[in-house]
Amino acid sequence: MDWKLDDSRPIWIQLQEQLTRMILSGRYQVGGKLPSVRDLAAEAGVNPNTMQRALAGLDAEGLTVTNRTSGRTVTEDTSVLEGMRAKLANELIEQFYEAAAQLGYTRDQALELLKRRKG
Amino acid sequence: MSEILLQCQDVWKYYGRKEALRGLSFQLTGGKIVGLLGPNGSGKTTLMKVLNGLLRPERGSVLIDGETPGIYTKSIVSYLPDKTYFADWMKVSDLFGLFEDFYGDFDRGKAEEMSWALEIDTNQRMKTLSKGTREKVQLILVMSRNAKLYLLDEPIAGVDPAARDYILATILNNYNPEGTVLISTHLISDVERVLDEVLFIQDGQVLRQELVDDIREKEGKSVDELFREVFRTVPYGGGAANVR
Repeated sequence: MDWKLDDSRPIWIQLQEQLTRMILSGRYQVGGKLPSVRDLAAEAGVNPNTMQRALAGLDAEGLTVTNRTSGRTVTEDTSVLEGMRAKLANELIEQFYEAAAQLGYTRDQALELLKRRKG
Repeated sequence: MSEILLQCQDVWKYYGRKEALRGLSFQLTGGKIVGLLGPNGSGKTTLMKVLNGLLRPERGSVLIDGETPGIYTKSIVSYLPDKTYFADWMKVSDLFGLFEDFYGDFDRGKAEEMSWALEIDTNQRMKTLSKGTREKVQLILVMSRNAKLYLLDEPIAGVDPAARDYILATILNNYNPEGTVLISTHLISDVERVLDEVLFIQDGQVLRQELVDDIREKEGKSVDELFREVFRTVPYGGGAANVR
């Protein structure tokens, strides 16, 4: 897995976003265990405290659950995952409309373009 | 976790008439990786030497785990100096033996393991190794101690970019989680993501001490960019110094 970090934004936020995508894409499965903070930090090449903060962010969103005995697992509540998936998809759609508007397309025209696109 | 591990209070150090440290004050808690950043001649190496008890400050107090630098602090501080100091006729394995004798917290198994991972033949004599490899050996020795405070003076300056990544991973994977690592370097963009906190120093004083992510949040830029901005010098003849 490639971790990509840009220069302008806090590192923990970027880690949280990437972990969220790994969970939604099924790389970490529903109810499945996440690697330890230290292992994830080593994999991403970041400070363990920074990774800890990103994981605490996932807990706060309800995407993961921390259990004293079994460590941190992906939530089994699929409605939380669906909610997050829909939220991120909406953001993407909004970005698409905005970019299309910059090319001079109305929302209807942009939608029409999307429908007509093959594949 | 948030106990103060290192405290410097109004520390002054002179070399003859030249002031190297000018009333430097800061404190660090345990469990952190901290970058010590500053332009050439800002006092980074002097500070490292003072913390390690190699130099005695003229004024001010330095406390490490509650004690002034001395016999006790040397048992809990693992120091990587800016120069290698080992006799070059010694084999790598001799150095492991030396460290085992000197430091109760030296983990020889860990040192052997790291040498193996870095493909260093421990039967080689230091003089037969390249400069970069010697630096790696030295880092292995320092990181194989189970110390409370690691003082690393320019640990990645002399090695190639690929080895740099490996060394940073080595530091991340091998420091004692309750311990604190203080790394001085110019190669900010290389180390930025492994740091919790940075300490900017200039003219022997602390300019700012902040969390990396707080800097990014507040300034909207990386520590590397901030450094270039804070320490920018106007070139001879005027104009922009930031040629990138």
